[in-house]
Amino acid sequence: MSRDVVITGIGLASSLGEGVEAHAAALAVGAPPVVDAATFAPYPVHRLKPLELDRQIPKKSDQRQMEPWQRLGVYAAGLALDDAGLKEDSEAKATLQVVVAAGGGERDHAVDSAILSGLRGANQPGSFLNERLMGDLRPTLFLAQLSNLLAGNIAIVHGVTGASRTFMGEEQAGVDAVRIAHARVAAGQAEVMLVGGAYNAERRDMLLLLELGGFLRHGDFAPVFARRDGPGAVTGSAGAFLVLESAERAARRGARAHAALGGVVAARSRRAPGSVETTLRGLLGGFGLLGRDVLAVTAASGAAAITDEEAAAIAATGPSRRVATGDLVGHALEAAFPVSVALAAAALSTGQAGQAIVTGAGHWRGEGAAHLMKA
Amino acid sequence: MSARHRDARGRPVVAVTGLGIVTSLGQGKQANWEALSAGRSGIHAIERFPTEGLRTTIAGTVDTLFDGPFAAPELSEKLATLAAQEAIDQSGLAAPGDFPGELFMAVPPVEMEWPQKQELAATIEGEVDYDGLLRAAASQRYRAMHEMFLFGAVADHIAERFGTKGSPISLSTACSSGATAIQMGVEAIRRGETQAALCIGTDGSVHAEALIRFSLLSALSTRNDPPEAAARPFSKDRDGFVMGEGAGALVLEDYDHALARGATILGVVAGCGERGDGFHRTRSSPDGKPAILAMQDALEDAGLKPDDVDYINAHGTSTPENDKMEAMSCAAVFGERMARLPISSNKSMIGHTLTAAGAVEAVISFMTIANGVIPPTINHANPDPAIMLDVVPNTARQAQVRTVISNSFGFGGQNTCLVLTAAPFVPESRA
Repeated sequence: MSRDVVITGIGLASSLGEGVEAHAAALAVGAPPVVDAATFAPYPVHRLKPLELDRQIPKKSDQRQMEPWQRLGVYAAGLALDDAGLKEDSEAKATLQVVVAAGGGERDHAVDSAILSGLRGANQPGSFLNERLMGDLRPTLFLAQLSNLLAGNIAIVHGVTGASRTFMGEEQAGVDAVRIAHARVAAGQAEVMLVGGAYNAERRDMLLLLELGGFLRHGDFAPVFARRDGPGAVTGSAGAFLVLESAERAARRGARAHAALGGVVAARSRRAPGSVETTLRGLLGGFGLLGRDVLAVTAASGAAAITDEEAAAIAATGPSRRVATGDLVGHALEAAFPVSVALAAAALSTGQAGQAIVTGAGHWRGEGAAHLMKA
Repeated sequence: MSARHRDARGRPVVAVTGLGIVTSLGQGKQANWEALSAGRSGIHAIERFPTEGLRTTIAGTVDTLFDGPFAAPELSEKLATLAAQEAIDQSGLAAPGDFPGELFMAVPPVEMEWPQKQELAATIEGEVDYDGLLRAAASQRYRAMHEMFLFGAVADHIAERFGTKGSPISLSTACSSGATAIQMGVEAIRRGETQAALCIGTDGSVHAEALIRFSLLSALSTRNDPPEAAARPFSKDRDGFVMGEGAGALVLEDYDHALARGATILGVVAGCGERGDGFHRTRSSPDGKPAILAMQDALEDAGLKPDDVDYINAHGTSTPENDKMEAMSCAAVFGERMARLPISSNKSMIGHTLTAAGAVEAVISFMTIANGVIPPTINHANPDPAIMLDVVPNTARQAQVRTVISNSFGFGGQNTCLVLTAAPFVPESRA
């Protein structure tokens, strides 16, 4: 069985603000990005435009028990549910299945720093570490740190109590989340799915992980495909959730479809020069002949070499326009692909193109692509 | 190949053709089965790191695999590799390094660990802060740490080693992750996307901070002496779980595909059920509804009735709350029969293998079916009068078991139940 799948809900929040309209407008005109090059210097970061959390997370106690990436994700998920007209549909929410692409929780930077300073002079480093961790870690921090607690908080805050699954694994987690959600609806294993991810870029612990591998751009922002002088990602805080639904169900309840999600594919190439281009060309080729008026949205990280390969694979499909998600909202790791699909859907929904392809090559591993059509 | 066998809903039947396991009881099915059926515990005092000042000093760690120090993802990968190798070897499905299906892998959360942060901190003059760590990282002298602490790296390495196809999935549904990995394999085979799937749950993350975090949530048993008596699921005096390490791996295969190549079919994953819980971040709904629905969904997915179930492989963590909720939920699903239906917890012997538990316990469930012996719930000297169950106390029991429900419940409202059955028409298959 293969059924048509449509996107009936889009929830987006980033440095550009929130909602379909704000992002579609920025995409239409190629709005300049909002970049803060000072706070985390030498690393430029697209910081989240502050959210009025109460609008999606009414209880302060819920807000307090989440870290920023979880609040961002829960907020974006709420926007998607609102947009799909499902927020007040408790029957639908009781069986709504969720797939989340997530990383891990934020370190307590002050505690880590103090412990590391102390460890250097400690006579008994093991017991020193135990004592400090027992005393300094906040018990609830652990919960805020669990990757699956973004999904857990969506259940608690929005009453979405169908089952959830959380995928981890950097950019590819976002690709696979959308791919699996699409496959389950297409195959009749689910009628409606909520899928997405959220990334908080305003964290030195994540900058550290990426910088260890040399994957960050230093200095000022430059467009994703114009970073020869200093390759690397400029990370951005962003969250995106999509409501995917069988076209039949959407039509039955009279829901507006932003776009049809024709296919989502993923691969893992053994990285070598040329492998990303070959792999993406293969994935895109599976979508068949694309017509004219194709918007290409790319989740490219800006990492050296592979970003050029991604550009070449996109160019081969002859799109009428290419937009790098990173040029609008920055690179949002696990959320990069969901954000890109959401932007493409928003573009189709507002008549900016007839169809769209979305590509993404993870900074270290994984390649993915999606094909969207007008609903 | 003509499609001949379909389940009650017209979907491909999902056979199990390979099983692999590593726990604190040993490496491989045989070592584990000998210990489990003898009621032996793998819980012991922690020697991996100093335990001074900790309330809990015991765990079911796997300590034999590395000579020197290692990080949690390295141990998790090693455990997964051993379990996967055993499962693939048994299945006879794949040429080395060329597994003809997708990888679904439950992996523990990963983050940079203290020894590596200390290595960076050693280069900093004066007080340490993250800007200093970032400057050390920018030197590009520590590149290997990037890959070591990526969430996707463990599954990527397994995919590389065994040659699985497609994009490997690393997933977490907290303490039900291992069961979710199996469920995702089942779904992919039912969709016809793949004829085989390698499903793994692994967890090698007992280090000081992981233990302390659970300890601060008062989730762990503090009954440190003797270690092997600490995990006592369903007992009146249970006081928390014991962390364990291990991995379970299953080769799932389209039943017809397995038959066509003459494979030995070890069992069938007949049904899966999962439910979320919006009640609380760590506590389950007081009415047990999500767990009840997950079990009922799994049975319905399998086309079976509660009366068809011969044995429940419990989540049975030994925390006051889980065991009470699980007992109540089972009573709701199985009714009066629950007083006689055997239910036991492998965690009484191996501890809670967390991310791996659902896969480890699924492997043990298939061994239970194959051997006609139910592993006991050990340390059961003091039954909880509020939980009147047949927990197969203290010693293993011979029983014909054809259908098992394996329960997994996790923080964040994750409830996943699997219905695992003997191979159809081949009652004497061996695991």
